[in-house]
Amino acid sequence: MSIKGKAYVMGAFEHPTREAPDKSTPQLHAECARGALADAGLSKDDIDGYFCAGDAPGFGALSMADYMGLRKLRHVDSTETGGSSYILHVGHAAEAIAAGKCSVALITLAGRPRTEKGGGGPRGGGFASAPEAGFELPYGGTTHNQYAMCATRHCHEFGTTSEQLAWIKVAASHHAQWNPHAFLKEVVTVEEVVNSPMIATPLHRLDCCVVTDGGGALIVTSPDVAKRLNRPRVKVIGAGEAPKGTYGGKVDLTFSGAAWSGPKAFAEAGVTPSDIKYASIYDSFTITVLMQLEDLGFCAKGEGGKFVADGNLISGVGKLPFNTDGGGLCNNHPTNRGGITKVIEAVRQLRGEAHPKVQVKNCDLAIAHGTGGSLGTRHGSATLIMERE
Amino acid sequence: MSDQKTAPRKIFPPAVNTETEKFWKAAEEGKLLYGWCLACSEPHYYPRSFCPFCFSERVEWREASGAAKVYSFSIMYRSPTGPYTIAYVELAEGPRIMTNIVDCDFEKIAIDAPVRLVWKPSEGGAPVPFFTLV
Repeated sequence: MSIKGKAYVMGAFEHPTREAPDKSTPQLHAECARGALADAGLSKDDIDGYFCAGDAPGFGALSMADYMGLRKLRHVDSTETGGSSYILHVGHAAEAIAAGKCSVALITLAGRPRTEKGGGGPRGGGFASAPEAGFELPYGGTTHNQYAMCATRHCHEFGTTSEQLAWIKVAASHHAQWNPHAFLKEVVTVEEVVNSPMIATPLHRLDCCVVTDGGGALIVTSPDVAKRLNRPRVKVIGAGEAPKGTYGGKVDLTFSGAAWSGPKAFAEAGVTPSDIKYASIYDSFTITVLMQLEDLGFCAKGEGGKFVADGNLISGVGKLPFNTDGGGLCNNHPTNRGGITKVIEAVRQLRGEAHPKVQVKNCDLAIAHGTGGSLGTRHGSATLIMERE
Repeated sequence: MSDQKTAPRKIFPPAVNTETEKFWKAAEEGKLLYGWCLACSEPHYYPRSFCPFCFSERVEWREASGAAKVYSFSIMYRSPTGPYTIAYVELAEGPRIMTNIVDCDFEKIAIDAPVRLVWKPSEGGAPVPFFTLV
């Protein structure tokens, strides 16, 4: 069974806050849900499917559904693949809708890492019982240095340079200047990126995403519900997912799970990378974008550095406009998880509701792709292809 | 850059469970163990009670020579106790394993550089395998 054409993204909402000391995390989830419902033109009791991931406090979907008063649920899914979860959830929602298990699915993400000072430090806590814990936690692995090891290897194998990586941040900053909610609105140069303080070689501070509070929500519906709503219809036409790990010591840092999730999504959608008008590409770090673009087939493996250079990702300038909201690198990376904002900006583009300065002309086909967890150890890749109807 | 010597970072005591107890007992004797599958002849790391390739339970844990080469690394500067270097090194026996490169000038670390095993105490737990430039 294919999900092609079986579901539509009809509601999308990104919380405007970037620092929320005055709100609880559950409250942010509820505010996002309310925003997405209003965007779709639906009400709470229309929701019969609920999707959330590891950021949902307490007993996950059970606590949050009870808190929000979701009384009509007949389908819940709390699949946790880190920041890519919410992209994957759209695919899962489409599957559930296609199987008749629900017709209006709500997906929420929210959290407060900026207020709570939790910006990608050493992993502990819940990871202490993981099978790999004894063999990894003593080494001070963080999000930064694990992704950085991928960059070190990529530079070694393919000659990728810090200046090429910097172009990804430069492109994001060109877009962020038009987003009034963006955490960082200033346009930066390649020189500014490579001269910013070194965090974990070869990644500088400006190669890293922002740490922000906030969240987002999506409403995915059946075709019948979508046709009743007074909003542009964004059709889900392809989805792919794949976990990747360290495989018993056969570690290969040169590619991401996008190499597996991407082809599945493109095959289901019946399109190719060259057909894509707009790309939301997970940007926890510049290297994340570069590797995913290669793995998704936008350029050959090893050619990512050349592909992203010279403004090729800037809307109106280059061949592949990406992350026109400013992405995680400049706009928002709510609760250290950027998946939902990737779908939200793709929906804006497909509806023609992106900022006029970054809106892609005739944007009828978009991709949203995410990597959750750690690119340097184990991560979940999720690819979603959507079409304007 | 003299500040790039190993800093006194506290080493997290390794989590030990009934499956991995043997590994950490060997560590006390300075032996680094890896898994070897008697069914498919593949080495694996971290060692476990079965082979992650063919799923056979016919595995034995063998002692690694301690010789390895750098697969990738990153010098971490965002650290309150000073820089440290995380790495994957490829054991002479095959598996690539996560570790830190210690006791050397970090500027001299390079991919494919030969390294050898050294042990460091953890905070109240078993010693932890690290590597240093040869």
